Amino acid sequence: MAEAIQIQVNGEQRGCQAGATVGDLLRELAIKTERVAVELNLEILDRKEFDQRGLKQGDRVEILSFIGGGAPANVHGRGRGVVHAE
Amino acid sequence: MQNDRLIIAGREFSSRLFVGTGKYKDFAETKKAIEASGADVVTVAVRRVNITDRSKENLLDYLDPKKYTILPNTAGCYNVEDAVRYARLARAAGVSDLIKLEVLGDERTLFPDTVGLLEAARILVKEGFIVLPYTNDDPIVAQKLVDIGCPAVMPLAAPIGSGLGIRNPYNLKIIMEMIKVPIVVDAGVGTASDAALAMELGADAVLMNTAIAGAQDPIAMAEAMKYAVQAGRLAYKAGRIPRKLYATASSPIEGML
Repeated sequence: MAEAIQIQVNGEQRGCQAGATVGDLLRELAIKTERVAVELNLEILDRKEFDQRGLKQGDRVEILSFIGGGAPANVHGRGRGVVHAE
Repeated sequence: MQNDRLIIAGREFSSRLFVGTGKYKDFAETKKAIEASGADVVTVAVRRVNITDRSKENLLDYLDPKKYTILPNTAGCYNVEDAVRYARLARAAGVSDLIKLEVLGDERTLFPDTVGLLEAARILVKEGFIVLPYTNDDPIVAQKLVDIGCPAVMPLAAPIGSGLGIRNPYNLKIIMEMIKVPIVVDAGVGTASDAALAMELGADAVLMNTAIAGAQDPIAMAEAMKYAVQAGRLAYKAGRIPRKLYATASSPIEGML
């Protein structure tokens, strides 16, 4: 049994086997590698690097993808004046 | 209209309506609305993948990147660093160098921070991005964006999601006259006549999200927007009559009794 390390994935703490790569993590999470971007400790990885980059204790991984979007919703709602209620 | 194609950075588009993909009920509705709009260019945002619920479907399962030009945006970014970071992530996740660059200045108005926008545009153009900047209706900033190397400029009509329509047609008109790259009127459209007006002013395209997604019947509104953009474009090309204060008879006087 390989030694376990703690990493952070998309802001959440997570255990992972020492020596695992970014590619292993994506497979474990059942995330298809096409159309995702991965940032390892703020460094954006090339897709080709996923299987080469090993994870170590305390690493911060961000996995991002495309979602529906035009502009962000107004988070405050406050003072959202309606000019014409039609 | 057959040969009236929009060209941005060497890419040809048959539709002059660009649409966002946010705020829809579900992906099925998103897909139907986009089909009804006839748009070629669709904007998407870049966000964290939900790692706890992998059953969630992916937007791109519904929008074939071979059929549509996927235009990722930097929505929600309030400074240069974040906008540049999201643009790089979008490129890493995607298939092209296209980026709709937003650097917002304020959460209440979502107005662009044009100082930050110029700085971010400069960085991204140098990195080889095709930067389509969301900007204010300011002709001077628009020109600076072109000078930096943006192949199109996207001035707002009104605040994002406000539905107020074309708030400053004269500034937009000045931008359209001054700027030698395509102008995409982005944000603020409320209904079909707003889109038609933008096109009649001489916009090369219109980008919208909320006006369609927030309508009571988004699919019907998407279709309305398609026709509005086509009608406005045709009217612009046809050349409208001048506005005059007094009447001009349409029927001849000659031959009257």
